[in-house]
Parts: sequence; structure tokens; C-alpha cells
Amino acid sequence: MSTDVTAKSPAPVPPGWSEPGDDGGLLQLVLNGLRRNMRQYGMLIALGLIVALFAVWTNGDLLLPRNVSNLVLQNSYILILAIGMMMVIIAGHIDLSVGSLTAFVGAFAAVLTVNHGIPWPVALLLCLAMGAVAGALQGFFIAYLGIPSFIVTLAGMLLFRGLTEILLQGQTIGPFPNGLQNLGNGFLPEVGPHTNYHNITLLLGIVLIAAVVWQEFRDRRRQQEFSLDVLPTRLFLVKLVALGAAILVLTLLLASYKGAPIVLIVLGALVVGYGYVMRNAVFGRHIYAIGGNLPAAKLSGVKDKKVTFYVFLNMGVLAALAGLVVAARLNAASPKAGDGFELEAIASSFIGGASMSGGVGTILGAIIGGLVLGVLNNGMNLLSVGTDWQQVIKGLALLVAVGFDVWNKRKSGS
Amino acid sequence: MAGPVLEMRSIVKTFPGVKALSDVTLTVRQGEVHAICGENGAGKSTLMKVLSGVHPHGSYEGDILFEGELCKFGDIRASEQRGIVIIHQELALSPYLSLAENIFLGNEHARGGFIDWRETLRHATELLRRVGLDDHPETRVTDIGVGKQQLVEIAKALSKKVKLLILDEPTAALNDEDSGKLLDLILELKNQGITSIIISHKLNEIRRVADSVTIIRDGHSIETLDVKSKETTEERIIAGMVGRDLDHRFPERTAYQGEADAAPALEIRNWTVRHPIDQERKVVDDVSVHVRRGEIVGIAGLMGAGRTELAMSVFGRTYGRYDGGSVLKDGTEIRTKSVAEAVGHGIAYVTEDRKHYGLNLIDTINRNISLTALNKVARRGIVDEHEERQVSEGYRTSMNIKAPTVFEPVGKLSGGNQQKVVLSKWIFAGPDVLILDEPTRGIDVGAKYEIYTVIDQLAAQGKAVVFISSELPELLGMCDRIYTMAAGRLTGEVPRAEATQEVLMRQMTKDKEVSR
Repeated sequence: MSTDVTAKSPAPVPPGWSEPGDDGGLLQLVLNGLRRNMRQYGMLIALGLIVALFAVWTNGDLLLPRNVSNLVLQNSYILILAIGMMMVIIAGHIDLSVGSLTAFVGAFAAVLTVNHGIPWPVALLLCLAMGAVAGALQGFFIAYLGIPSFIVTLAGMLLFRGLTEILLQGQTIGPFPNGLQNLGNGFLPEVGPHTNYHNITLLLGIVLIAAVVWQEFRDRRRQQEFSLDVLPTRLFLVKLVALGAAILVLTLLLASYKGAPIVLIVLGALVVGYGYVMRNAVFGRHIYAIGGNLPAAKLSGVKDKKVTFYVFLNMGVLAALAGLVVAARLNAASPKAGDGFELEAIASSFIGGASMSGGVGTILGAIIGGLVLGVLNNGMNLLSVGTDWQQVIKGLALLVAVGFDVWNKRKSGS
Repeated sequence: MAGPVLEMRSIVKTFPGVKALSDVTLTVRQGEVHAICGENGAGKSTLMKVLSGVHPHGSYEGDILFEGELCKFGDIRASEQRGIVIIHQELALSPYLSLAENIFLGNEHARGGFIDWRETLRHATELLRRVGLDDHPETRVTDIGVGKQQLVEIAKALSKKVKLLILDEPTAALNDEDSGKLLDLILELKNQGITSIIISHKLNEIRRVADSVTIIRDGHSIETLDVKSKETTEERIIAGMVGRDLDHRFPERTAYQGEADAAPALEIRNWTVRHPIDQERKVVDDVSVHVRRGEIVGIAGLMGAGRTELAMSVFGRTYGRYDGGSVLKDGTEIRTKSVAEAVGHGIAYVTEDRKHYGLNLIDTINRNISLTALNKVARRGIVDEHEERQVSEGYRTSMNIKAPTVFEPVGKLSGGNQQKVVLSKWIFAGPDVLILDEPTRGIDVGAKYEIYTVIDQLAAQGKAVVFISSELPELLGMCDRIYTMAAGRLTGEVPRAEATQEVLMRQMTKDKEVSR
């Protein structure tokens, strides 16, 4: 056979170990890059497929500007929770209390603004502080008293749900002041001449693209400065174009409706900020270290208790933010708000590549996981699938995603 | 005496990259107590795992004959059915089940799937009496001491109609009184016709209970001696255990020329630590050691001697309960109550168990190396990824870590390369004192040489190195001075010039009475 000749030439290099030389075609380069980062790109590709499928099935309704805008608004609070949940899971823990905590904070906000007429910015800060206190309390029990997080947060789940009902006395309280409503439903204000697009959103999109390109180039230059390997030029350009195109499409979609939702800006800031912390901050590294191998982290001088404590405190703050968004979006605080949110956030994290045993996962992964669930939800709603079948399909999606992950890991033998 | 009940002929067992057993032949006569001894890692436990079916037939070469029949055990159950029962070092009892439930676990007295409690309790009581326990069979395992638990294990073995009982270092975790009882029981069972194999390196125990002893060294069976014979002295056994051949190679080391008057880089005084659970036991007992800059000091000792416990308790109190003693760095007393404090004072501890305590196996080489000293590549809490990568690429090259990039997960590397990552990590932390715990365990000869070279360089740079090892040749080859420990106590200190394997082994096997 003709392949024998190549088979005998130098020792076979295991996949992913070879330098991506410029000998292959562009497609080859892209495929190599993908294969090397299967774990990261797998779910992104799955998300793309799901979007494409539902776009076809709904005759394009899924990608109508109004629906994309809705999709963002509907899923924002789950995505906010998923960011915090991902960090909790990476640290090797779980938080079951976030659904109840969002309801509790929503109720707290309603009592402050509606019943007592406290100005909404003050109420917002108080609510975030309340979330921090709730998170710190649970974190204290988990980190310093060593009670398993499953149990502490299960208790928290019951406790905060009960406190919500006590605060609201079984009633639904609303409506919220306009300022707070905007957090859930508002869009960026419009200025400038009348075009077919939302000017500010368009501008923001262009700035964002510029920032991303600048950042990528700066990164590349620094890598070269330290004489480290960089992506081959062609692959680097492909990456830039792909990133830019993705942002541009989203921008145009949103700009042709009412513009960017305010909560999207908040969410974007959170993703960038937390992504940076998890990747580059000492604190983030320590979270991975304690989740990956706790005894080894301890013996390396990582202050594991302190890290765990702050991870839960942070989860509390994010849950409070999510609670404010939900309440603002519904324009009312209800005793039943946030029901099952913890499970959606947990599912998002696992679909997005987290591991039960901790130490693995990215903020972007949690967002992708959350979007997979969100698009499934939205798409099935458009297709008028009943909630019964929606549950079944979401359950299967979780199983398939994690199953794929496990299979992929076993195949690579790690 | 009676003929052989067990013959193991030319057993060869290889693990990926390591030959654990090269050629072992073992003959055990009917009704005797047969001791097996050898250094840590000589292959004793592997041999017993082959015998009991933990390593199934087909995964090793050679023949096992039990009661004259060729045996091909596929798993532990198969060997137990023939009456071969192994009791491991780590007890395999379920702590919250009762003694009776444990004795019959997996082998219950049951009718139609339901347990027959009357028969269970009756039979359990009978078995417990046989091993000399009068505890109620419904007592939970966790409520009795370790010594009694060992006896329950034997009762469990008896319930399986044991013919050949294998005990893997049965007294390692026991105090003298419990050890005595256990040894008496082994003799009692011998009278009842049960053959025993006992793995031990406590020579006084072997002399007390064993009829013959087989010595294993580096995966070979060296010889079998008749313990009752006059010629079999402890020295004779030690000579067999250590052998004569030094087949390891070491970098050329210029002996340490220290300034004896300068304060030692690290000094540990009267250090005492108790077992974390069994507070009665002193795991480290009044130990004082020191190491100077540029010096490599060895700590020799067998399993359970307290070497790791000493190191870990000093390093941020990560083991046991502190019960007195002080640590001095360059002559001034320091606090090492947490790992961060110890690291802050320039102490590094490289663990013997790199997989569990040294590395985050699912993370990259890059991130493992930087973890202990992240602040060195970070400004205001933010890690400079490029600088970090440059640092770890530097270690990949200088330590010769065999991986294409520093972004490989550490779990994919071989043992030797993993060890180099752990060393890099601690060298990057920039310590003055490095405590290396079995730094060459489970790695191949080539990588060993590389690691010896690194250790030598560290000393040459003026670091103080504490080298804990079970392999006497490497201690002799590398160290300027060697301490020996046994049962938590310091039993000797030997300068390089006077150190031989025989001298060290004699001190390592000293028991309490002897050392006093």
C-alpha cells in the first residue's frame, strides 16, 4: 500500500503534539486547532448546531431581531447565576440555595422600594450586600466548619424560600420603580440621527470589535517578546475574523430592534471580568488548585478555607444580582420566583464543561452551557412544544453533553 | 517436617516501565510460619498480590502450586475459595458495621437473600473467641481499637476456612501489647494447623514467631533461612536484605566542607508528634535533627519509622497533633504552623506521594510549576501569563521534562517527569531548605540519575537538603550525613565516611528496648 511509506517515516507524533506547521492547508490548520481544544470548542459547535437546527425548524423566527433580544433578556439571570455556579463547581462544591436566594433578594428589593420607598440605587446596593451576607454565611459553614456544601446550601434553599414567604406574607409585591425595571427590561438609550439601526449599540459593537482585535494583537506581541510560540499567522487571522464576525452579527441583530439590553451590558462586563479573574488572578488560580487536588493545594500553601469562603460570598452577590434582574423583569417580587434556577445554573455549568470532581471549567463554558439551554427553551417555545416535553429534552441534552465529555476524556486517556 | 503446601516458581511481574518481580521462588511448608522480609519496594507486597489473585493469572509469569495443584487465580475470590486469605496492611473493615457483619461480609449466612441473624451471631461469637476476643459481635468496628480490628480481620479469614493466612506487616500500626497478642495468636493458629506467611521487617518479631524466612531484594528471592538455626542471626538477615551490589549510579559529589560553627540552616529540636486519631501513639518521639547550607542530610528508616510524619508536621503542621519541640532557621526560632509560614521562611517539602499531595494532575505543567509562588509572576494579584509561561518553559528545558509544551496536563506524564515538575515547582518557590521525601520513588533509573544531579546542584548552590529515602544505596551515594529512625525515634546519626548499608539497617531495625 502507498500509505506504508509514510507510516515508516519518523516516529508517529500523537495528535495534538505536533506543531501546526504551515504545510497543511488553511482548513487543516483550523481542524488541527479544533482537535487540540475539543473540550473547549465541542460545546461551541454544539451550540452552533442547535441554533442552526432551530433556525431552520422555526423558519428563521429564532434569529429575528426581536427574538434574539428576548433570548438575551429571558436567559440573563440564569447566565449570571451560571458564572458564580461555575466557580463554585470548579472549587469542588455545589450551591443549591441560589434559586431561593434570588427570590429572597427580589422580595427584599420589593419591601425596600415599594413598601418603604427607598430610592432604587440605594436599594440595589443593599440587596447586593444582603446577597454577600447570605453567601458569606453559607461560606463560613462550608469553609471554616467543614460542613459539606450540599447540606449547607440545601438548608439555605429551604431557609431562604421560607424567609421570602415571610417577607412577602404570601403576596406578590410590585410594581418596581422605573430605574430598577430597566435592569430587567430596559435597553440602552438612543441618541443621534435616525438610522435603521440603534446608533449606540452599533457604536458599542464597533468599539468592542476594535478592543478585541487590539487585545489579541497585544497578546501576540507580548508572547513574541517573551520568545514564546504563537499561533501561525493564518490561523491567527482566521480567529480574529471569526471573533469579529460573531460580534458584528450579534450587534446588527440587536441594533435592528431596540438596541442592546442593559442587562446584556452588565452580563458582558461580568463575563469579561470573571473570565479574567479565573484565568489571570491569583485568586482564580487558587480556585482551580483547590478543586483539582485539595491536599496538594494545601501543601502548596494555598489558603483553601479563605478561597472557599470567598467563592461562596461571591455566589451570594451574583445570586442577589440575578434576583434583582428577575424581579425587575417580572416587575414584581413573588414567593415562587427563582424556582428551579439552581438546577438550571448547575446544568449550564456541566453542559459547559465543568466536572463533578472540580478543578475544571471556564466562565465562557458556563455561558455557552447556559445558552444551549436557553436556545433549547426559546426554540421549543417558538415551536409550541409543551413544557412537559421541554423538560424531557433538556434532561436529555444535559445527559448527552456530559456523556460526550466523559467519552471524549476516556478516549484521550486522561 | 511436612512437605510444601505452597510453591511459587520463578515468578516475574512487570508493570509499565518497572520490573517489580524479576525471579522469585518461594516454598512454604505445611503448618509453618514463614516470614518474608526485604527493603521497602523489594517486591514483597507485589508477590503476595500475585499469590492472592489481586494480580490475576496471565498478568505474571511463573507457576503457583498450592497443595500440589497448579493454581490460576483470576481474582481474590478464587484464591479465597482455595483457602488462601490475605490481610492487608490497611485494614479492610467497614467501620460502621458490626463485628459480625464484617466477619461475614460478602459471605453472609443467609436464607433466600435474608440474613440469618441467629446463625450469624452464634458463628461470629465462636470465631471471635478463637482469636481471643470477648467483645459482643454486634459492637461496631469503629468502637474497638486497631489491635482488636486486626484480630477481627483474622476472624474473618477463619470464617473463610483459611488454610494459608497471609499477613502484610500486621504489627506496623500496633503498640507492643497488641503486637504481642497478635503474634501469640499466629502461633496458636499454627498449632491448629494453619500455615501463615508474615511480611515484616521487625527482626525480633520474625525470630519470635517464624520457622523460616525468605529474603527478597530488588525483585529477586535471595535466600530462605531456617530461623531456628543458630546461624540465622539478625546480622545474617540484614546482610541478605541489603546485598552487596551497588548498581545505582550517582553524580560525582564533592563531600561537604561545612563551617561547623555557623548556625544550621534548619534545626529541629525535641520534636514530638502524636497520631492524628490514635492520640496515645507518638508517631514522632523527641527527634532532633539539623542541616547546614550546602549539606545533604539523609533520613533513613523503614515503613512506619516516622520520617514523613516528621517532615510533614514540621512543614505547616500538615500531619498529626503537635506535642512539643521547636524549629530554628539560621539559629532563630520560627513559626511553621501553616504551610504559608513554612514557605515564607524558605522551607520546601517535596512529598513522597506526588499524585495525591504534590500535583494537580488535571492541570498543566505550566500552572503546577507556578502555583506555590504565583506572586513571583503576578502584579497586584494578576498573573502575567506570558512571564509565567516563560518561567515554566525554562524549567521544562533545564530539568529536561519530556513534554512537547508546558500546556500538557501533568497527569499524562511519566512518573519521572511528574517528579521533575514537583521539583521545579518547589525550586521556583526559591527555598533555602528543601525536604525531599522519597524523590526517586517509582521512577526509572535514567530519571533517577537526573534527579540526583539536580539535588547535587541544589546543594552546590548552598541550599540545605534533607533527603528522606528507603533506598539505602541512594542515601549512601548522595548524603553527607545520615540519620536513622525507627518507630518514631531517632536511632542514630552516621557521617558519610562511616555509613554502610549494614550499619544503617541495624539502626533502622532497632526496637525500643534495644535503643534505650
